Amino acid sequence: MADAHYACRTAAHRSTRRGFLGSAALGAAGVFGAGGVSAASAAGTLTKAGKRVMVIFLSGGSSQLETWDPKPGTDTGGPFRAIPTSVPGVHVSELLPHTAKQMHRLALVRGINTAEDEHGRGATIMLTGRRPEPGIEYPHIGAVAAKLLGGESQELPGHIHVLPGGGGGFSKQDAAFLGPRFASVWLGGGQAPENVLRPGGLTDDADARREALRKKLNDRFAASRKSAATEAYAESFDQAERVFRRAEVFAVEKEPAALADRYGRHDFGRHLLLARRLLEAGVPFVRVTHSNFDTHHENFDFHLEQVAEFDRPFATLLDDLADRGMLQSTLVVVMSEFGRTPRINHLYGRDHWSKAWSVALGGAGIKGGAVVGKTNANGTAVTDREVNGGHLFHTYLRAVGLNPTKNFYPADRPVPIADPKAAAIDEVLA
Amino acid sequence: MSAPQVRPDGVWKVGKPLIGCRFDPSGRFLFASAEDHMVRRLDLRTGGVVGFTGHASWVRGMAFVPHGRPVGRSANEPPPGLLAAGSGLSQSAAPRPEPFTVVTGDYHGRLLWWRGDLPAPQFVWSAEAHAGWVRAVAVSPDGSVVASCGNDHLVKLWRAADGSPLRTLAGHDCHVYNLAFHPAGDRLASCDLKGIVKDWDWRAGRLVRDLDAKPLHKYDTGFRADIGGARGMAFDGAGWRLAVAGITNVSNAFAGIGNPLVITLDWATGKPTQLKPKEAFEGTAWGVGFLPSGAVVAAGARSGGRLWVWAGDDPASAAVVNVPSDGRDLALSPAGDRAAVACWDGTVYFFSLAVTAAAPSPRPVAAR
Repeated sequence: MADAHYACRTAAHRSTRRGFLGSAALGAAGVFGAGGVSAASAAGTLTKAGKRVMVIFLSGGSSQLETWDPKPGTDTGGPFRAIPTSVPGVHVSELLPHTAKQMHRLALVRGINTAEDEHGRGATIMLTGRRPEPGIEYPHIGAVAAKLLGGESQELPGHIHVLPGGGGGFSKQDAAFLGPRFASVWLGGGQAPENVLRPGGLTDDADARREALRKKLNDRFAASRKSAATEAYAESFDQAERVFRRAEVFAVEKEPAALADRYGRHDFGRHLLLARRLLEAGVPFVRVTHSNFDTHHENFDFHLEQVAEFDRPFATLLDDLADRGMLQSTLVVVMSEFGRTPRINHLYGRDHWSKAWSVALGGAGIKGGAVVGKTNANGTAVTDREVNGGHLFHTYLRAVGLNPTKNFYPADRPVPIADPKAAAIDEVLA
Repeated sequence: MSAPQVRPDGVWKVGKPLIGCRFDPSGRFLFASAEDHMVRRLDLRTGGVVGFTGHASWVRGMAFVPHGRPVGRSANEPPPGLLAAGSGLSQSAAPRPEPFTVVTGDYHGRLLWWRGDLPAPQFVWSAEAHAGWVRAVAVSPDGSVVASCGNDHLVKLWRAADGSPLRTLAGHDCHVYNLAFHPAGDRLASCDLKGIVKDWDWRAGRLVRDLDAKPLHKYDTGFRADIGGARGMAFDGAGWRLAVAGITNVSNAFAGIGNPLVITLDWATGKPTQLKPKEAFEGTAWGVGFLPSGAVVAAGARSGGRLWVWAGDDPASAAVVNVPSDGRDLALSPAGDRAAVACWDGTVYFFSLAVTAAAPSPRPVAAR
């Protein structure tokens, strides 16, 4: 898996990549079993049409000191400067010159302590808002957003993950008990799902007859052996059919050349532009993974390269969303699985560090220019307004007008949408 | 040519993680830069330490402009003896040092000129030299020109006499990691991230040719990032060979897993020769230099430090010495009888290099 390439050689993040059509039949997993699909019925009143969420996941763990919480001139600060931003008094790393001009649209949470330095578990905390627990898997923010923002009549998949590398697939794990309808569809390398266009030799009529036969056989089978798995299988075909009708949404090359230039003619720029197209087309959740930040060695050289690749496309994305009137309805979150050690190691690297790091948010429901939480002088500890992944998860949902204290009801049992031990970070909410 | 006897020969405990080190042209001082942005000077005669405060970022480039004499000392001039560095011991009868200017370059793109020999540092002037890091600084053999290189893909030349800009050499398409003047004085070599060595006729501002040190670069498809560059670079005294040092065979860029490599380029033909540690060692070669005998010395690290020496035609190192911490730079004394390795643990480790063979074998061409 492309975004599971870690310098420390952990095997985390290994969700199964399956064919877009072939794997959904495996259905929902977790303690709620097959009943999860049909019983995942959060109150319909939660749905907020028009709101969207975008997560930019800096895979491997980006350094908070080289991004959102620089500490120049200290023993941990490294070689880079802090630069002023469009918000007086707020500084970020010099590696973010374009983003610095967008700070009035962003809020920073600088007091994160997720207390988990392993890639996979760290990502789980950040994407589910809960610490991993035995016996239950919670849905990722993407699945929750797809269900609560996209509803049941979504044409395109509600939960899309654009990531580097080739291939594509479907990750049922990240929907947990919400079921495969809300699982992420992976667009490896930003490519459209395979075979998204009908083969040239297949006429409309032939295609319709082929589909009718498939449905007939499927219905006959389901009549005697209907299960969550057969429902999921049928749903995957229905969803694929809907995607096929909207294939043009994946055609990034249809964007104006000047705009594509501003995003950048590299994978990450292209992926952000694709994400904007998907959001604009009504997809309620898109995650774009930027790889890789697991810089145990030569952290500064590699952050120079990777953050520079992030900076301009991200700033362009914010401008583009604002220009299209989408920013107020789109929550944009920049996260990692953790930050990096303030202490610089013997390889000029920084290692995993979850005790004091940062996330940036912008757009829907976010108070631009807010900075919440504080770390000490050299960034080794949170000194003010410590929060964890649960607080952030609440905040994401509140920002798009959802009530995170409501429940899902898989198998008719209440499961809080967000960790009831945490609450939203009100200071960053508009 | 035989390998010198390498023996530990003192330490200088700075106490801050170190980045670079250089001997001044007389060999009287060792300068070391650290992660606290300071450049410190150790008087090897007296043990006295002086701090040069003025940079606001890391300093890796350091070079010296002698006043009134060319760069490099004559081989028959005895170097000062090394006392217990940093021990506070002093020699009251220590002679006044020869005057020189030290030029230091930092990761904010600034060059600072200092009088390097005075009891207290005396700032002379500065230049906003590069957009991004200054990665290396060198001084022409006649002491008239300072060259710098950096992340703006440029090599820049400065008049040593007043720090004014002289010329910009453009042609690299990525970060320029290192540079060195040819001993004959008319050529300058620079090496970039991708292992492209450019041979410049710097007086004319003309690129003469590209040389190949590409084994020192890799685009790691797993991490989607480039790793490479010349972490050390030096000509031999006669100008027959150029050595560039770095990392090769990278299997995991973000963990630094690869092998140290020194490539020597025959300056006349451009033919590369790869020099590798005899031992199986993972890491990076962070500095390289030539001894008067022609032997090549390099320092490097990943899990612990090493000093390697190659002599004769054997591409495998003839001598390997453990360095107690991760070496981040290597300096050879002007007489070639001493090495200093600046380490992550905040210590400079000195090694004596007892040379047992003298002259290099004769070669027909000094420089193209």
